[in-house]
Formats: sequence, structure tokens, C-alpha cells
Amino acid sequence: MSRSDVLVDADWVQARLDDPKVVIVEVDEDTSAYDKNHIRNAVRIDWKQDLQDPVRRDFIDQAGFEALLSAKGIANDDTVVLYGGNNNWFASYAYWYFKLYGHGDVRLLDGGRKKWELDSRDLVAEVPARPATEYKAQAADSSIRAFRDDVIAAIGNLNLVDVRSPDEFSGKLLAPAHLPQEQSQRPGHVPSARNIPWAKNANDDGTFKSDDELKALYEAEGIDLAKDTIAYCRIGERSALTWFVLHELLGQQNVKNYDGSWTEYGSLVGVPIELGSN
Amino acid sequence: MCGAKAGGPDLAGVDVANETIIQGSVTRDGEPVNGYVRLLDEGGEFTAEVPTSATGQFRFFARPGKWTLRALVPGQTVDRQVVASQGTAVEVAIAV
Repeated sequence: MSRSDVLVDADWVQARLDDPKVVIVEVDEDTSAYDKNHIRNAVRIDWKQDLQDPVRRDFIDQAGFEALLSAKGIANDDTVVLYGGNNNWFASYAYWYFKLYGHGDVRLLDGGRKKWELDSRDLVAEVPARPATEYKAQAADSSIRAFRDDVIAAIGNLNLVDVRSPDEFSGKLLAPAHLPQEQSQRPGHVPSARNIPWAKNANDDGTFKSDDELKALYEAEGIDLAKDTIAYCRIGERSALTWFVLHELLGQQNVKNYDGSWTEYGSLVGVPIELGSN
Repeated sequence: MCGAKAGGPDLAGVDVANETIIQGSVTRDGEPVNGYVRLLDEGGEFTAEVPTSATGQFRFFARPGKWTLRALVPGQTVDRQVVASQGTAVEVAIAV
């Protein structure tokens, strides 16, 4: 797999805005951003309403994913290009879902909405009409998803990559600094985890660094790329971006995203927690 | 769009006493600019980023200490150093 199979630039998307077999999908942390404007012909997936189980803490199941993509007018043989704000956090999270349920051709727009805006490219308010499809998803691929017991078993054995900001890792903050600090669970990190903030993967404009820069980053931080890896953050979206880097861009095998992340781990009774910096 | 509002977003409803707030606005010739503001810690490490609002405003919930704000707008990047403390919102006006 090459980089262009999973990551496309703004010019690539611009040239395919009217291609009916290329579906551009906006996934934003701020789910109202799409209402204001979006890339022409892009549809929206709402990470809260569309991707989460409405009752349990879990994400939508195979049938739910099929219903969602069918309603959005996405067919199994469509090329899906995901983009969003916040340096593609939630677009990466959605990308991971698309891979989990076996979509054939899914890519990220490099730099996401931010790069598109900083390039002063057009955004529109008009919502496209896509006829519904009968999408068939595959069974969830658990090889890219970690659960809490996997994380506990990985302590001291596998690579654990905590991709939150240094202050969240050390226990000074419980959430990213642009969100109110309202969580009540314990601060800190999983013992033996290395803190490699997601932002180190990206340039200021939100585009990913080169493969060589990324490889050098993880090796310099003491990650043995020959070992299996689990990435986590607070709720699993920023770590989906690091999962994308390690698994999709660098082609590492056996990389899992722990979507329970710190909001689960930091609330478990009796598990080991460390405080302080790397 | 009318002109930019002075300072950051309205603090009504925000628990200012218990938060460490850095906020402000990004303007060009007094008009709000749509762009992004990044919050970098004392070591220059990225901590957070927000898009500016329609009125050019932004806000971070941080912790006491020295920070750098980096405004990204089309074709330009501007840095500002700030010191934040709990209980008093720091207001930063960034002209680009």
C-alpha cells in the first residue's frame, strides 16, 4: 500500500468534486461546522449521533454501519474521502470505522478542513442529494481495536502510545485545553506508555509529516516498530489519527486503537496508573 | 459581517474562578479573520487548537503558566506570548 492509497491532497479532491463514485465526507468534532459550510458535494457523518450506540458506550454495530452508509448514499465500490476540522481527528476516527467494517477504498484528505480553508478554497452551504444505497459491511475487524484487558496485558510488554498532550499525560489536565475540565476520573497514564502527542505527526497546517519524519519520530521516542502497538487518548479519536500514521502510512502490522481510552482506563478500579512526564 | 467584538467571547456561564482561561480575537484592520489559533506550552509543544469564531474570537481552558498563541490565517502565521493564571481570563488581541 502506498501513501496515495490512503491519503490524498486538496488538488486531488478539487479535481473530483463532481465524480459520482468519489464520496467526500465531512466528520467534525464541532458537528455544526458542516451546517455553516463544507466542501462542495460533501455529505456529513456526525460522530456523536451517527457513529455511537445511543444507549451503551460502544460504537454502532455492523447493521448500524450498513444503515448509515446506505442512508448517506455510499456504495461498497465508492471511493470515500474523509476530512474534518481539528487536523482530521474525527475524520481519522471515522476512517478507522470504515476500515473496521471493511470498506474497500477509503482515504483521508491531507490537512482536512483547516488546510482547505488556509488555501482559501471554496466552501458551500448547499447539501448534496445522494440516492440511498444498499451498503453491505463486513464483520467488525477486531485486529485493529483494543479493549481494556488488552491494554492491561500490554503494560511492560507491547508498545503503548499515549497520544494526548503532555499535560494530560502527566496528570495536570484531564481533557484537551480547549475543552472545559469537567471529567471526574483519575488523571495520569498507563504505566510503560510513551507520550507521543498526536500533534507531532502533523505540520502546523494539519498535513501529515513525511514517512521518513514519522518513522524517525517514533524511533526517537523509543518505540520498537517490530513490536505490536496500542494507541490511546481520551476517547479514541486522536489515537485513531496515530493509528492511521502507524498502520496506514508506515504500514506497521498489529496496531490497535483503544477507543475506550483514558475515560475508561482512568475510571477503572484497581488498575495501575502512573503520574508525571515521560 | 459587522466589525470584530473587543476581546474574547462572553464569559457569562463560565466558571472563571476555577478555570485558567486564555481568550481573545484575531483581526485584520479591525475586522474579524477566520483562521485557527494554536496553544503551545512553555516548551513549544502543541497543546490545543481552535478555529476562530465568526467574530474572530477564540478561547482556551489551560493551566497557570507561560504559553504561546499561534494564529494561522491564509498566508500568515503570528505568535503571541501570554502568561495565564487561574481565576482571571487573559485577553489577547491578535492583529494580523
